[in-house]
Order: sequence, then structure tokens, then C-alpha cells
Amino acid sequence: MKRSKITTWLLWLIPLIFLTVFFYQPLLNIFRLVFSDRFDQGWQFFSHDTLLRPLLFTLWQAFLSTILTLVIGLPAAYLFAKFDFPGRKALRALSLLPFILPTVVVATAFNTLLGPRGWLNLILMNLFNLTNPPLSLLNSLPAILLAHVFYNTSIVIRMVENALTRINPHFEEAAQVLGAKPWRVFQEVLLPLLMPSILSATLLVFLFDFTSFGVVLMLGGPQYATLEVEIYNQAMNRFNLPMAGLLSIIQLTITLLITFLQNRINTPRYGKAALSAESKTRVKAKTRLEKLYVAVSVILLLILFVAPILSLVSRSLVTMEADRGERGEIETGFTLRYYTEIFQNRSGSVFYANPLAAIRNSLVFSLLTMLIASVLGLLSAYALAGSGRLTRFLEPLLMLPLGASAVILGLGFLISFNRAAWTSGRFPILIPIAHSLIALPFVVRTILPAIRAIPESLREAAQSMGANPWRVFREVDLPILLRAIIVSLAFSFTISLGEFGASSFLGSARTPTIPTLIFRYISQPGALNYGQALAMSTLLLITSAAGSLLIEKIRLPGEELF
Amino acid sequence: MLEVKDIYKEYDGLPLLNGLSFEVAQGELVCLLGPSGSGKSTMLRIIAGLEEPASGRIFWDGQNITALPAHQRGFGLMFQDYALFPHKTVKENVAFGLRMAQRPKEEIDQIVRQSLGSIRMLSFADRPVTELSGGEQQRVALARALAPDPRLLMLDEPLGALDHNLRTELLNDLRQSLRASQKPVIYVTHDQEEAFALADRLLLLHEGRLLQKGSPEEVFRQPANAWVASFLGLGNLIPASRSENGQIRTEVGALALPYPETFQIGEQFSLLLRPEDAHIAFQEQEKALNITAQVLDCVFFRDYYRLEVKTKGQSLFVHAKQVFQPGEEVMLHWQEEDILCFPN
Repeated sequence: MKRSKITTWLLWLIPLIFLTVFFYQPLLNIFRLVFSDRFDQGWQFFSHDTLLRPLLFTLWQAFLSTILTLVIGLPAAYLFAKFDFPGRKALRALSLLPFILPTVVVATAFNTLLGPRGWLNLILMNLFNLTNPPLSLLNSLPAILLAHVFYNTSIVIRMVENALTRINPHFEEAAQVLGAKPWRVFQEVLLPLLMPSILSATLLVFLFDFTSFGVVLMLGGPQYATLEVEIYNQAMNRFNLPMAGLLSIIQLTITLLITFLQNRINTPRYGKAALSAESKTRVKAKTRLEKLYVAVSVILLLILFVAPILSLVSRSLVTMEADRGERGEIETGFTLRYYTEIFQNRSGSVFYANPLAAIRNSLVFSLLTMLIASVLGLLSAYALAGSGRLTRFLEPLLMLPLGASAVILGLGFLISFNRAAWTSGRFPILIPIAHSLIALPFVVRTILPAIRAIPESLREAAQSMGANPWRVFREVDLPILLRAIIVSLAFSFTISLGEFGASSFLGSARTPTIPTLIFRYISQPGALNYGQALAMSTLLLITSAAGSLLIEKIRLPGEELF
Repeated sequence: MLEVKDIYKEYDGLPLLNGLSFEVAQGELVCLLGPSGSGKSTMLRIIAGLEEPASGRIFWDGQNITALPAHQRGFGLMFQDYALFPHKTVKENVAFGLRMAQRPKEEIDQIVRQSLGSIRMLSFADRPVTELSGGEQQRVALARALAPDPRLLMLDEPLGALDHNLRTELLNDLRQSLRASQKPVIYVTHDQEEAFALADRLLLLHEGRLLQKGSPEEVFRQPANAWVASFLGLGNLIPASRSENGQIRTEVGALALPYPETFQIGEQFSLLLRPEDAHIAFQEQEKALNITAQVLDCVFFRDYYRLEVKTKGQSLFVHAKQVFQPGEEVMLHWQEEDILCFPN
């Protein structure tokens, strides 16, 4: 079915207007602010502390995190692709979960494990009768690295396992028959064929580590500021918007460079022969070496993925007034108080932020995000599915927001819309709009392949039987796309619910969301605040896990995000 | 010499191979012929060492190699999809087995050059294999399998991925290369044309059992049972039984042949009436099955007309020298010596 020129333009129009107003304009404003300011102040402003240090640290921690993630992720991908063992499905689901977990949840989870009030310190204090937490693992580089590994191992597993299962098993078998020992098969055949996926995963992980905000802010402490955190500091604590803008431009340039590199790794198309015809069978570990490999990997993955989550949930259910540091007076025991406290209204206090309001805000924002992101995503996906010169010309414009981080979006919004016309203060509608921009790439990447997979002949058949274009869409496209649309809805909802970076820029004290409130609670003293942060994190964890489960259940095989 | 003894294999709880035994002699080309799902590829993979049998043994020159890993067997295997390494060039693909055998570099170069020369692909040596046509890939795959000088060569549907015209063209090439290599060869196919053109000996495989072993001519002249005759498309199979006077009776007419002694009384069996053995005449013949039938359809083939005729509810195909009109009556007979009987 040939699409008319007008329809094509209309499909492009709405997403492009939206992106122009809410993405390109704020971005442009950041540039304008920075360059007019530079013009006034000259370049002396490039100081070591505000610019070079965060930049080098960001690169350094991203480099280390990426290496560690590969060290854990590659063997894990091999484990899931090749071996069958009891609990494989559950462990795999568990190891894919972190990807969708909100940063604040991950940060609080590691806090309950390593922090001064965390399990590790509590256990040590109890064992050795100490009054103070002996380990200060929080606010350190290892804490950041650990959280990043926890986060991004799922990306490596997903991408490399997928590639491994898609490689035609005949390649390995042909090498074997030609006399290659197992190690040679790996070195000569498997590794070169996997290389594009490994490289692609590496760059993506590096990108995520490079732009990591919530984790670094909450686990790194003041001395470990990455570019993102420094942007936040400059804008929100020092009110130095031009400096924040300059950092944003540097950040954006590097991000775009990485994205560009990642797109350059075009997975080679080896034709039909490279894809496995039959579904690959996984085998049970047979030799002693294989058994050892499976056992060690499973245990390591269990520790990495289960420990933080279990620690968060259990710590939210236990009172341990250990932070008072009074020996002998430590009350311990099971409690639901932190959960019930969420629903108590104590609006008398000055610093009080209402958890119920945060939950309500988060839900409203998530629903709005769902609506905006899926409508825009559907339109954009249809626009991108077309061929022709217009599509090729406009495609980069639509896909560029992929490289923008939440913090930069937040900063751009702050600069562009913090005016009288948008009411005084910050306008809450900007939050779901920012969330939609963050969710949009995921939605497009879910729906676009589904649209492309619909054979044109189906539409032509419907048309030849008298269906008009609208009926064709309703009777053919929509039912086929339904799964992808539901997945997109779940995605945008979960992303919005856990989003922290943009919300912390745009939300005022009057419009907290669950993640921003968790952040506020966990940085305040007092066991009750700590407990409530954990309780809310646990609730968020459960919601995200449910969303992730729904997505995995509905998603068709082959509809991968990367 | 390869000896396969009593191989069993299950797949998803269902029997796939049911006690297969056969040998392949030095320099012999054996065709494993059967429909898809008959287990022939699995048999090949077991010989190659890529899969383990549930029970049974494989011997090479009297030595039990059932547990030997694939890379130590020294066999060659060519896959239906060729499995050419997509990240390597033509030359690198052919050299792979030689490199694994740790041959000196000059020797590898020389063998690869010679091998590519013999398949007229020397000028393609540095091309990526992904740029080759189907027929070229097939030749490179064969060259790769042969380069390390395997003790036994196995081919899994080597022409299966090609279109019909190319297949006939390459069949002759393949026949010559395989003869020239003088190696024992196991050739797996579902295509009887290929099998008949290449094989010294055919092994007919159906549902994991060997139904017949023999030269193409033996199998063609004397199919072991009705399934073989039907699979090879040898002709009309009609049900038959024993008449009161101890002779053979069919639905289309009685036959003055004595009831075969090997069959039990009351047992149902089938007769094979080959279309090319049908005689069209104007009177009944002695020592023959005589049928009067009505022409339903007449189709021109290159050197005969194929008639579809109907008699007493049975539809038969026969070959005729001249054209007939639908609706015409014809008298047909098959000589007794041309008719085969099979138990069902």
C-alpha cells in the first residue's frame, strides 16, 4: 500500500513539533546560555576542579565499570546460552531485572547492604561489639562500580546471549569436524562471530555508566562527582546555570560520539546461513570443568543479583536503631511500621513531605507519560517505517534524543520554561513530558520492528477486499501491533515511575515523586526516615519487577530492545 | 572401513533411529536415502561425532570410535547450509582444517591453491564467502571438507539448497569430484534422482529403520516392499488378496499367478504395476493381468503420453505411445513377469 505524501507529512508533523518544542529548543537554549555567558566571561573559567576533574573521573569510573561488567556479563551470557541447569529460567529473569529497576531503588538497595546502617556493618558491629560502623563502603568508588555492574550486566547478558543463540550451530560443528579442539572452536569461530555484539554491548554499557546519575549521586558522595552529578550540583546547589550548561555540552558531545560509534558497528549480515534454522538446544554440564563453570557462575550471579534486592526488602522490615550507637539498647525485630508510616499524614512538621502525595504524583505522571509516549511513539514508528527520501532525511532528527540524558533534559527545561508564562516555579506537566522523551526511544524500538514485520501483502489483501486505509489500520495493523503496544505502555509506565534525574530538576518541594522523596528521606538522619525510604523503595521494586515480568511475558521473541 | 552397529537414538522421547547397522567399504559411495524426518541426518551426525547414540557402536578399521570427540575422528562433513565461516575468506575457509592439523604454512598454501584450482575458483581465493553464489559456496564447502584429506567424507543434502537447474548441472561435477577423491563417501539425500545418479549402494531409511540395502539397479528392479516402491514412485500399487482357487485376486481383475508361498493365507498385500510396463492391446493376453479401463486424462511427456485411466474404482497411470481422448476405452495388460508382490 503506497502511502500518500500528505499522510507521511502528517505522521512526521506531530512528533517533530513535540521534539522541536521540548527537545531541540531546550537544547538550543543551553547552548545559547553557555555561549553568551562565555562571551561575557572569557575562557578563564575552565578550572581544573569544576571541569577537568569530573570529566576525567566520569571517564575513569565508566571505563572500570564497563570492564567489570564484561568480566561478569560475558561468562554469564555464555552460561545462559549454552547450559541447562535447574533454576535457569528464574536466574535469567532475575539477572535481566536490574535493567528496569529505578536508580534510587538500586542505590538504596546497596545502601542497605554496604551503608552505615546496612547489613554488612550491622553484622560486624554485632559480632565484634562495636559502637560505630566499621566499614565505610558508601561514598566510595567500589560502591559506584558495584552498582553499575549490578545494573548493566543485564545488558551484556541480553545482547550477547541473544547473539550466541542466533549463531548457526553448524559453524561450531564444522570447525569441530575439521579438527578444531574446543578452545580453537571458541577462538576461531565463536569469538569473531560474537565480536560485533560484544563491542556493541560494551559501548552501550559504557554509555550508561558514563551518563549514570542517581547511582553516583547517592552512592558516590561529594568527592566522587561525575559530569551528570556536577551538572546537578552547579544548577541546583550553586545556581550556576552557565557552568551546568557547559558541562552538559561536553557530556552531550561525548554521548553523541559513543552513540555514533555504536551505530557504526553494523552487525554483519551473514545471510540465512548465519542464523540458526532450528532452535538451539542447551545441554547439561557434563565434564567436571563444565560443572565447575556452571556452579561458580550461578553462585556469583546469585550473590550479585539476589544480595542487594534481598537486603533491601529484609532491611525494610526490620527495626534496628543501631544508628543511635548506644550499645545494649539496640531494639531489633520485625516491623511493618515503615510501611504503615507511609500512609500516615503528619503534615504538621515543617520538613514534612507527604509520601501519599508523592505516590499520587508518580502515578499521575506515569499515566500521562504512558499516553504521550505511546501516541508519539506509534506516530514516530509509522513515520520511520516508511521508505523514501523524507524518511531518510528526518530519521536522525527523531532518533537523536536517544543520546540525551535526563539531567540535561531537566536543565534544558529549567532554562527554557522557568518563566512567568509557565506559571511561577516549575510546572509539573514538564515532568511527564520529560519522562515521555526518555521513554520515546524505547517505545519506538519496540513498535518499529513490529510494524516492519507486517507483510505488505496483508494490507494489500485487505485493501483489495474493499477496506479503506483507516479500516486497514484497524483490522490488520492494530491487532498485530497490540502486543508491542502493550509492551510499550508497560515500558513507559515503569520508566516514568522510577525516573529520578529529570524529576529532581523539575519537581518542586510541592510536587515530589516517589524517587525524589526516597532520595530526600535517605539523606536525612533518623531511623524512621531511613526505614520509610526503604519501604518506598521496596514498593517501587515490586512495581518495577511486575512491569518487567509483564514485558517479558508479552514480548515476542526477537523483539529485543538493542 | 566404517562399520555402524545397531545404533539407537531417541528424540523428544520418540525413537528416531531404531537399530541401524551398515558398513561403508574403502572407496565406496553409499547413499542414505529417505524422506525428511527419517533420521538420516542424525545418523550422519552420530558418525561425525557431533551427537551421541543412545546405544550402539561405530567402528573404523575395527577400532571402536563411538566415544572419540569429533575433532579427533579425521572425517569430513559437508553441511546442507554449507556452514562456511562467514568471517573468513574463501581461502581461509579451505585452509581451516589444514591449520587445525598444524601443517606447515607452505604446504597449506600449496594444498589450498591446488584445491581451489581444481574447482576453478582460484581467482575467488581472497573474496569473503558471503559474496559467493549458491553454487560457488557449494564447491567451496566441498573443497573445505576435502582439503585435510579426511578418511571418510560425509555430505548432508549437498545440493538441497540449490534450485533445480543448478542441481542437475552440479550433480555431474559432484559425481566426478567424489569419484576422483577415491574416498569412502556417505551421501545423505531425500532426492532419489541424486541417489540413483551417484550411489554405488543405496540404503533406504524410513522411520529410523533400514528398509533396503542394494545397488540402485537392484533397488529399482526389486524394491523390498510397498513403501520403497511408493517412495521411489515406481508405479501403481493396488491391493490384492488370495482367491478361492489359490491364485491372486485384485479389485481390478484376477491374475492366473499362484499365490506366493511366503505369504500367509488371508494376508493383504500389494501389487506393483509399473506404468512403463503396461501394454495397450485389443485382446486379452495369456499370463497377464488384463484390464479394460476408461481414459480420464492424457498428458504429453517428452517420450510418451501419460494416461490416467479408471477401472472399477481404481485409478491407474500408464504410459502410452500414442494419444488418447478422455472417455475412450482401452484394453491394458501387464505381463506376469513384470508384476511384483509385496506384503503390506
